[in-house]
Amino acid sequence: MSEAARSRILGRLRAAPRTAAPALPEWQAPIYDPAERVERFCSVLEGSHAEIYRVTLADWPYRLRTILEERGTASVMFAPNTEGGRRLVSAWGDIGPKLVPYDKTVEELKDTLVHGVESGFTTTRGGIAETGTLVLWPDSDEPRLLSLLPPLHIALVRAADIADNLPGLIRAQGWAQSMPTNAVLISGPSKTADIEQTLAYGVHGPKELIVLVIED
Amino acid sequence: MSDFTKRAPIALNDPTLRRNFRRAMDGLMVKRAAQFADPQAWAALRERGAMVKARAVARLPELLEQLEAKCTANGIQVHWAESTAEANSIVLDILQKAGAKKVIKGKSMVSEEMELNHFLDGHGIKAVESDLGEYIIQLAHEAPSHIVMPCIHKNKGEIAQLFADNIDGLGYTEDVDALTAAARRALRDEFATADAGISGVNVAVAETGTLVLVENEGNGRLSTTLPPLHIALMGIEKLAETLDDVPPLLALLPRSATGQPITTYVNMITSPRKPGEKDGPEAVHLVLLDSGRSRVYDDPELRDTLRCIRCGACMNHCPVYSRVGGHTYKFVYPGPIGKILTPQLEGLDCAGDQPHASTLCNACVEVCPVKIPIADLLVRLRTESVHPGGSVAVKGAGSRRSWHETLSWRGWAFMYAHPKVYGLATRLMARLGNLIPENAPMMRQWTKIRTKPKFAGKTLHELAREKGFDHE
Repeated sequence: MSEAARSRILGRLRAAPRTAAPALPEWQAPIYDPAERVERFCSVLEGSHAEIYRVTLADWPYRLRTILEERGTASVMFAPNTEGGRRLVSAWGDIGPKLVPYDKTVEELKDTLVHGVESGFTTTRGGIAETGTLVLWPDSDEPRLLSLLPPLHIALVRAADIADNLPGLIRAQGWAQSMPTNAVLISGPSKTADIEQTLAYGVHGPKELIVLVIED
Repeated sequence: MSDFTKRAPIALNDPTLRRNFRRAMDGLMVKRAAQFADPQAWAALRERGAMVKARAVARLPELLEQLEAKCTANGIQVHWAESTAEANSIVLDILQKAGAKKVIKGKSMVSEEMELNHFLDGHGIKAVESDLGEYIIQLAHEAPSHIVMPCIHKNKGEIAQLFADNIDGLGYTEDVDALTAAARRALRDEFATADAGISGVNVAVAETGTLVLVENEGNGRLSTTLPPLHIALMGIEKLAETLDDVPPLLALLPRSATGQPITTYVNMITSPRKPGEKDGPEAVHLVLLDSGRSRVYDDPELRDTLRCIRCGACMNHCPVYSRVGGHTYKFVYPGPIGKILTPQLEGLDCAGDQPHASTLCNACVEVCPVKIPIADLLVRLRTESVHPGGSVAVKGAGSRRSWHETLSWRGWAFMYAHPKVYGLATRLMARLGNLIPENAPMMRQWTKIRTKPKFAGKTLHELAREKGFDHE
């Protein structure tokens, strides 16, 4: 059925009169002064209801532990095989919110993911200053649902990985040659305005987003 | 045969509906305008976006083949459907082979075209809408009234009542956070227990075989990540050539739709779960739906309709849509884009009223992010609807042709080509026009909503001559 449909659809499209494909006109996405790039990233993302913390490479796990303790967050799900995940484990010790590793498949961990953890921690592949956006690049070490199911998402981004805009990042990182199973751009916590255009957060994904920006 | 003019007065006389739409449309117009405050930046971005889509449309057959080849190489199974019935049976077949009993859905207008939920229900498969707006109208057993904000016709009070009636343990509350939290709780378990997820596609990238989905809620990501099976539905026109074409479209779509610089989530799916990955669906299917689009493609002028990225800006700015709302159009796609798309997909014989439901004010043309000449196409379709025959560009062309209209225009043309007849006819009308009763058949179309014009008693030529003009 599908094969016959395919040839008939393509046949009709090919039989139609051809028109020349127009040239693409010039367009430049916004660019920023290097000094204001990170500032813009932080202020736009903050405007989208995220909490931003400026941290250092040495102190971020400790800062995060303190932040979560102060908020009373009981548990953090994380990817144990990423550099960030290893730092969490070594800095945490036995104190602080419970660390829950995402070390099995979703089928085995579904209940924990859907109902059992209060936050999820992920690294990022970069950020976008124009729109205040995090770029997540999940893989076999860092699963997709960490940034989606727990009510709080914590993301770690290096200031040096923040680009001015999306077209620049796509080219600089060679995305067209290396698209992963799933790449995700995140610009704030989950939200909706479906009820009388009134903003409400956390309708399906995380209600809150904490972003740690490593500045050194 | 649908009749817009019979339904419009009902909507116009509904003060709640009028208020709900006015409030929503005013807000959306202001938010969009703030995003495109710099006219030069808007013009450059829009030109780029329009040409990205124009190129994709010009190269549609090759790009579809490239998309299919890339997706297949990435492990996504591609299916082709000529009609919505065929698309439905493809989806059903996939679900039955997987033994699926419940699917969770992200927002998809193609699935509305297919009436998929109803179809699956008839085969014992439950389809649960997870976009908050879609969930609300599914509870109310209604169709979307807007392509981006499906329950925009409802106010807080109406939704509060609906939730109180349908969600166990929830009393009547108009608190939006409480309503949102209730929907989250109700849908969490549906996500966790769904056997498959169904979504639409905003842009499919031929170069990489990537499906791009934009959303704010996270339900789209959940539908395409948590269940073991994902089926994506798309019209064959929703393509871009390269990944570099995605950023201008992403810059235009949410700004035009809801006045946001970017949606909370941009979800780019390129394959099913790979060995070693811990989550994501094991199988991903892509269903390419034609359903009349290849016929639209056959006409180089009408083909521009296929550039549409479904932002809804045309309806938000439409003086007709904002007063009568989406349900008055009776078809899946309301507003200006619907008025040009529906008659082409469904035929002028059953949707011939749609192109006439417009004042041709051009507001939609001014805001369209991909520069679809909507007003020109409305006029073209009006012409097609009374075409004397021989036109094959649109199904049902000529179906609105009537003998009295044809005769009137012939008479008009004859009169204007013959000065003596013209003089006689205008003099006669000037003298006798006031004697024609207000409800005479030829006057009724005009006088049922307007006062009958008063004839001057003398023709314009006669009056001019009295003022001393010799030559006309």
